[in-house]
Amino acid sequence: MNPYLPHTADDVQAMLDAIGVADVEALFRDVPPAVRERYRPVGLPPRDELAVQRRLIDLAERSTGRRLIPFLGGGLYDHYIPPVVGHVLSRSEFSTAYTPYQAELSQGTLTWMFEYQTMICELTGMEVANASMYDGATALAEAVLMAHRTAGGKVVLVPRSLLPHVRDVVSTYAWGAGLSLHEVPYGADGRLALGRIPDGTCALVVSQPNGFGILEDLTGLKDCLGKAFLIVYANPIPLAVLEPPGSFGADVVVGEGQPLGNPVSFGGPLLGFLATRMAYLRRMPGRISGRTQDREGKVGYVMTFQTREQHIRREGATSNICTNSALCALAATVYLAALGPAGLRRVALLAYERAHALADRIAALPGYGMEFSGPFFHEFVVRCVDPHRAVAKLRRAGIAVLPPDALVPMGVRDGFLVAVTEKRTGEELDRFVTALEG
Amino acid sequence: MSTIYDRGAPGRRAVALPELGQGEEELLARIPPSLRRREGPHLPEVSQPELVRHYTALSRMNYGVDTGFYPLGSCTMKHNPKLHEDLARHPGFTELHPLLPAEECQGALALLWEMGEYLKGIAGMPGITLQPAAGAHGELTGMLLLRRWVEDRGELGVRTKILLPDSAHGTNPASAAMAGFSVVSLPSDRRGMVDLEALKGALGPDVAGIMLTVPNTLGIFEEDILTITDLVHGAGGLCYFDGANLNAYLGRARPGDMGADIFHFNLHKTFSTPHGGGGPGAGPVTVSEALLPYLPVPDIGREDGKYRLVWDRPKSIGRVHPYFGNTLVIAKALAYILTLGDEGLRDASAGAVLAANYLKGKLKGTYRVPYDRLAKHEFVLSGEGLGDGIRTLDIAKRLMDYGFHPPTVYFPLIVREALMIEPTETEPREVLDAFAEAMLRIAAEAREHPELLREAPHATPVRRLDEARAVREPWLRLAGGCVG
Repeated sequence: MNPYLPHTADDVQAMLDAIGVADVEALFRDVPPAVRERYRPVGLPPRDELAVQRRLIDLAERSTGRRLIPFLGGGLYDHYIPPVVGHVLSRSEFSTAYTPYQAELSQGTLTWMFEYQTMICELTGMEVANASMYDGATALAEAVLMAHRTAGGKVVLVPRSLLPHVRDVVSTYAWGAGLSLHEVPYGADGRLALGRIPDGTCALVVSQPNGFGILEDLTGLKDCLGKAFLIVYANPIPLAVLEPPGSFGADVVVGEGQPLGNPVSFGGPLLGFLATRMAYLRRMPGRISGRTQDREGKVGYVMTFQTREQHIRREGATSNICTNSALCALAATVYLAALGPAGLRRVALLAYERAHALADRIAALPGYGMEFSGPFFHEFVVRCVDPHRAVAKLRRAGIAVLPPDALVPMGVRDGFLVAVTEKRTGEELDRFVTALEG
Repeated sequence: MSTIYDRGAPGRRAVALPELGQGEEELLARIPPSLRRREGPHLPEVSQPELVRHYTALSRMNYGVDTGFYPLGSCTMKHNPKLHEDLARHPGFTELHPLLPAEECQGALALLWEMGEYLKGIAGMPGITLQPAAGAHGELTGMLLLRRWVEDRGELGVRTKILLPDSAHGTNPASAAMAGFSVVSLPSDRRGMVDLEALKGALGPDVAGIMLTVPNTLGIFEEDILTITDLVHGAGGLCYFDGANLNAYLGRARPGDMGADIFHFNLHKTFSTPHGGGGPGAGPVTVSEALLPYLPVPDIGREDGKYRLVWDRPKSIGRVHPYFGNTLVIAKALAYILTLGDEGLRDASAGAVLAANYLKGKLKGTYRVPYDRLAKHEFVLSGEGLGDGIRTLDIAKRLMDYGFHPPTVYFPLIVREALMIEPTETEPREVLDAFAEAMLRIAAEAREHPELLREAPHATPVRRLDEARAVREPWLRLAGGCVG
C-alpha cells in the first residue's frame, strides 16, 4: 500500500529473522497497549499517482485569484523569475540535501551560502549576513530580540506604517520575550514622524519602503537612538538604486527576500534575510557559512560560529532557528547572479518607472488622487471616496489589487494599495486606468 | 572552491530584460538625492552558460537523498517523491497572492483546511495551526501557546519552568527560552528513558509543562509515557511532544492518546518533503482542547463548502507567520498523505522500524550500543573503543569514502561519541547491508590502519576542513569592491 517501500515479502521475512522477531507488530510491543488500542485511522484510502495528481491540480485551478492581473504588493511582489533559477533549484543534489552538517559532502550548499551572504551584504551595506530566516516578518522579530539582548531595554518603536501582518508577527514574538511595542505615527507625506525616544527603547524599526510604498529618509535616525538599534526592514529590489541602510548606521537590516527569484506561493515558503555589523556577529541568529581550508590547504567552506546556535548553546542560544529557507536563498542567489548589477537596476527602475506612470494617470482622473505626498518607489496608495467600489471595478476588468481593508490597520480608510513590477505591460496599465474611468 | 564572483566579466548578463522608457540617468535623477545609491551593489556579471555551469558544478559537490543513503538521525531523510515537486510548482499555488480575498483563493484554502483535518486525525488532537514554517518554529509556537495558557490562568509569574529530558534536541530548550520560560533538565535513567523519580521531584506549582520527544532521541519509546503525562497533568502542567520522530509510530499510535497537549509535525521529515539543504520545511502544530482558544489567527474555517478566514479568537497568541505557513511544502505533504492513505502511513513506520532494528542488529557486535533496547525508527551507537584515539568524527568522515552520508554525530549528548542512525523505510535491504558492511570494515580499519580514518575523507571534493580556522579568521563574505 506504500509505493515508496522497497521491501519485498522476502526482504521483510529475512529482516525479521535477522532481528529475531516473529512479525512486524512485535517491533511495536514497547508502545503501551492502551495507546495502541486507542488508535483510530483517519479514514483515508490509498490512491494512485494519477488520482493524487488530479486532486492537487483541481485544488490549484480552483482559486480564481491566479487568473487576475496582479497589481498586488503588501510585502510580496510579482517579479519576473528567469527560468534558469528554477532549473538550478531542480538539481536535486541541492534540494534533497539536509542542512550542511558534514561540510565535505556539502560544498555546493556551503559555497552558495557564502555567495548569498556576500550578495545580501552588498545590497544592504552591512558587514555580515546569515544564510536565511523563514520570512521577512520572523526575521524582523528576531532582529528585535537581538536588539533587546544587545542594547537592553524593553520598548520597541514600530512605525504605524509597518505592514500589519508583519507587525503582528513581531508583536507575538515580542510578547513572548516580555517586550512592548510603541507606535510611531506618520505625517501627511506618509513618512515616519519620529518624536522623543522613550526611555528603555531597545530598537527603532523603519520600513524601507514603508507599508504605503513611501520611501523613508533614514538620514540622522541612528543619531537619535543612542545605543538602541536602528533596524531597517527593507525590500531588496529598490536597494539596487537606493543608498543601502548600512550607510545610515543601521544596526540590523532585514527583509522579505521573496522578490529575489521566488514566487509569491500563497505566502510560503518565503525568504527572510538578516544582516548586521561584525560587532554583533555573535548575537546573530541563523546559519553562517565561512571560508576556511582543508588539510591540504585547499579552500573550502563550513558552517561556522555555531556556538551561537541551539544545538550547542541550547537555552542560551541566540535563537531556536534550525531549518530555515535555504532553497529560497539559493533562488535569490541565482537570481542576483543572473541579473547582475545592471539587470537588478533595470528591474528596480522598470518597476519605478511604470509605477510612477500609472500613479500619474490615476491622479489625473477625477475623484482619484495620491493619499500621500512623499516619494514612493513601486507601490502607492490611491485615495478615493469609495475604495471598495474602485477595487470592484478593477476586479470586473480582471485586475487584482489588495482589498482596501488591508490598509485599515495602518490608519487609512479612503484608499487602496497598488504595486507595479516590471512584469506589468503598457496594455495592462491602460486597462487599469480604463477600468477606474468606467 | 571558486565562487560565482570568480566567473564572468564586466558587462556580461544571463537574462534579457525589457528596455526602460526613459534613460536610466533620467530615472535615477528622479529619486531624491539623499536616498540615491552612490556605489554598487557588487554582484556577479556572468553569461547564462557560465551561470548554469557554476551551479551545476556546485551541485556535484553536494550529497542529497537522490545521491545516496543519508542515515542522518532524527532527520528522517526518506525519499522525496517526484510527483510532489511537479504538483507544488503549479501556478495555481505559486502565483497566488495570499492577501487576496478568501473567495479568490478557495483552492489554496481548501488545500490547507484539508491538510489540517488529516493532521488532526493523525495526531488525534482537536486543534491545529499550519502557520509554523519549520519544526523549531512549531516548538516556539507551542511554547507561546503554553505561555498564553499560563497567563490566562493568572499564573504568568508562577509557572515559569519547562522540564526537559537531557536527551532533548537543542531546539527544545532554545524554544522554551524564547517564550520566556526557564529550563530544568531531567536525567535519563539506565533504560535511556525519563527517570520517573526525578520527574516527580521536579514537578511542582512552578512547572508550566514538559517537552518530550517520542520516541526519544535514543530511538527508544518512553514506555512510561502515560505515567509521565499523568504526573505532569496532575501537577497542573501541560505536555509538549516534539514530533521530529513521528516516523517511528505513524499510523499506529497518536500523541493525543498519550496525553500530548501540543504536538508539532515536521512535514519535511515524516511527510517526505525535501529538506532543501536547510529548508524550507513546515512545522504544523496540533493542540488539545485546553489550548484551542489560543491558537494563532487567522484560522481557516469551512461553511457550506466555502472556505473563509477566521479572526474571531480573542485569546489568540496572534500570528506567528505573516500569511498561512509554507503552502507549497504543505501541498507536497498532502500529496504524500493522499497517496499512502492510512495503511500506507502504517507501512511507513513498519518499514522504518524494521530497517532500524535490522541495521542495529548488524552493527551491535562491533559497535557499542549504550542503551540496547528495541529500537524504533533510529538507534544510537557509540564510536568509543574502536582503536587508539579513533573518534566518532573519524568514522563519520571515513564513511564518506565509502559513498555514504554519515549519521548524526555527537548527539544525543548523553552518549559519548554518539552515532545516531536513522535508515528510514525507503532504503532497499541491499543498501542497508552495504552500509553495515562499510561500518564493519571501518571498525577493522580502525585497528589495522587507523590513519585511514584519521585522514579521512579522501574521496570528497575537499579533505577534512579546518573549522577552528573559520572561527579564528572569520571570512564570511567576499569584501566589497574586491569582488569579481
